[in-house]
Amino acid sequence: MSVALRILDDGAWVSVDDTRRVAVSELWRVPGVEFCRCDLADIVVEGFLEVGVDGRTVEARLYGQCIVCGESGTTGWLPVGRIVDGEFYDLDREGGAAPTGPTPENG
Amino acid sequence: MPTDVEEWKSEVYGNEIREHLERFAEEGWEAIPEDEHDAWFERFKWWGLYHQRNGQESYFMMRIGTPNGVLKPGQAKVVADITQEFAHGPEENPIFGNGYVDWTTRQSIQLHWIKVEDVPEIFDRLDEVGLSTQQACGDSWRNIVGCPVAGKDKHEHVDALPVAEGLHETYKGHEDHTNLPRKWKVAVTGCREGCGQGDINDLAYEPASKEVDGEEVRGFNVRVGGGLARNEPRLSRDLDVFVTPEQAVEVGGGLSALFRDYGDREDRYNARMKFLVDEMGAEEIRETLQEEYVDFELETAGENLREDYSYNSGRETGGHSDHVGVHEQNDGNYYVGLNVLVGRMSDDDTAELARVADEYGSGEVRVTQRQNVIITDVPEEDLGDLREEPLLEDYSPDPHPFMRGSVACTGTEFCSLSIVETKNRQVRYARWLKEHVDLPDGIDDFHVHLSGCTASCAQPQIADVSLRGMKTRKDGEAVEALDIGLGGGLGAEPRFADWVTQRVPVDEVPGAIKNLLANFEERREGDETFRDFVERTDEDTLADLVEPEETSYEDPMMHNTKMTWYPYAEDDDMAASPAPTDRDGQSLPSDD
Repeated sequence: MSVALRILDDGAWVSVDDTRRVAVSELWRVPGVEFCRCDLADIVVEGFLEVGVDGRTVEARLYGQCIVCGESGTTGWLPVGRIVDGEFYDLDREGGAAPTGPTPENG
Repeated sequence: MPTDVEEWKSEVYGNEIREHLERFAEEGWEAIPEDEHDAWFERFKWWGLYHQRNGQESYFMMRIGTPNGVLKPGQAKVVADITQEFAHGPEENPIFGNGYVDWTTRQSIQLHWIKVEDVPEIFDRLDEVGLSTQQACGDSWRNIVGCPVAGKDKHEHVDALPVAEGLHETYKGHEDHTNLPRKWKVAVTGCREGCGQGDINDLAYEPASKEVDGEEVRGFNVRVGGGLARNEPRLSRDLDVFVTPEQAVEVGGGLSALFRDYGDREDRYNARMKFLVDEMGAEEIRETLQEEYVDFELETAGENLREDYSYNSGRETGGHSDHVGVHEQNDGNYYVGLNVLVGRMSDDDTAELARVADEYGSGEVRVTQRQNVIITDVPEEDLGDLREEPLLEDYSPDPHPFMRGSVACTGTEFCSLSIVETKNRQVRYARWLKEHVDLPDGIDDFHVHLSGCTASCAQPQIADVSLRGMKTRKDGEAVEALDIGLGGGLGAEPRFADWVTQRVPVDEVPGAIKNLLANFEERREGDETFRDFVERTDEDTLADLVEPEETSYEDPMMHNTKMTWYPYAEDDDMAASPAPTDRDGQSLPSDD
């Protein structure tokens, strides 16, 4: 089953099957972000750059700022949700979104 | 590879979208195929309709374009009637009630809670009085802005209104300019104060004089590539072209066609004119325009009037920095600029505005880029009675500086892009500041612009105090926050604000402004303006002077307003949303 993934509203939303699902402006705790030295970065998500899927995991690359150290930059692929039986399920990103591997493709 | 948006535009775009809107209106919200929502909502923008944010499905924001901010006699009343009849939502706003008009920073009108089923009726009513939503949003010529008192200003260099109207009439619905890579924002200025704000537009006509064939000719210099969005603000750049009012329409079309052909259609982030000017340079843009898009020899730039610009400048130049107040027109009548706090006016007050404009003036109402309104053509002998009208108690021609200086975008109340609540918050800020903070002597203009995100619809970078939506943690909890910038302004030497302090929790911002102003007063030299002070002070010192602090100000919207269905609902949980609803406002079953 194919899933339509796209970035909408100038990078403000990840749309999954024509429904806005993941928004900018949330705080995400992410370990090991490339652009800052914090063990656990606390990132204000300011814009999505790309969305893709790896297996059943929906992933996004984004631009943001770590509120712990103040550094800004672009992340690698981070999981934002999972597709189960064609339905999108959100992930708890406030609690920690571990980076995932490369090779996502638009679904 | 073309983007999804380009694919959708290549299938259906421009005037033909109206036919689809009318079909959906007849069949109802559910007739829009769920798997085509993204595509249709993108297309609807061309006809001035933005689907509201999550939790408000089936409701739309409608933008009505009023070229140069001019509402002709009779038009304001129709806007009020439409708002009363069609722009009421399922919940009230605690400050503004239900049913209100937003006067915008691009001299347009925005209404909320519009149902697609009502769109044809609204379009018909707008058509009857010569108003339209066409190209109010989307990738084309947006509402043309300019000095709102063009044609009536006592001191203007050239009457720019016929040029703005000519551009509007030529390029609204023009098939060759229907589908541009991104939005195309145009400002036409003929006054000496720079009220058109050409420096922050894709295309700007600025007042100038030029000796042509031995004769002094009044017209415009042309600038390109200004804009504020996406953390990439640019001032427009001089194209070294002078046009007469008669040439302006052709040159504008040439530049729009150049943008259409050379702009980036593969990356929407990079698709604005400002990035094309970065890439090609003004000189190459000019050469390309001359070689490929216009049929006459372009004149080099004339002598401009930028030294005199005062609008939104943060300087004491003797010129005006907004249009609030009573001012004599070039015909001996007066225009009266009324302050509309954060640009929002109830439907009943808008109806009253229309009545007052009709009774005392010509019936015309004009909208400014500072979200205010102007009643024009008032005879001197009627000014006294006009001042006694109850409407002017709430929308004052002589407001307190904190009220006068407040500008705010739509925010998370309705907008998908915003990070924080804005309009109501700026009202709360202005009221608290008015009560608790004294401005230094002689400071009559102090501009605070609150924008919910980097799209910068409230034009934060050109204010004395710039506020931009952010998030932070306070006591471990995620809370709404604001970045604070200082000292921005246009004028002779336009300058964007320095973002000196980041992520201040929203309840500490009024205290920060209070402390900042106290520190400014202590260090002020003579009668310098706030912008002058910021410019001579280094960034680290400025950051120290902000001093965020909790005060008696309490913010009821510290939480994540974006994740509510409507922040002011008693039960604001997304699951409590009545949306989507049918044509009568009754909830429809949801798949979720």
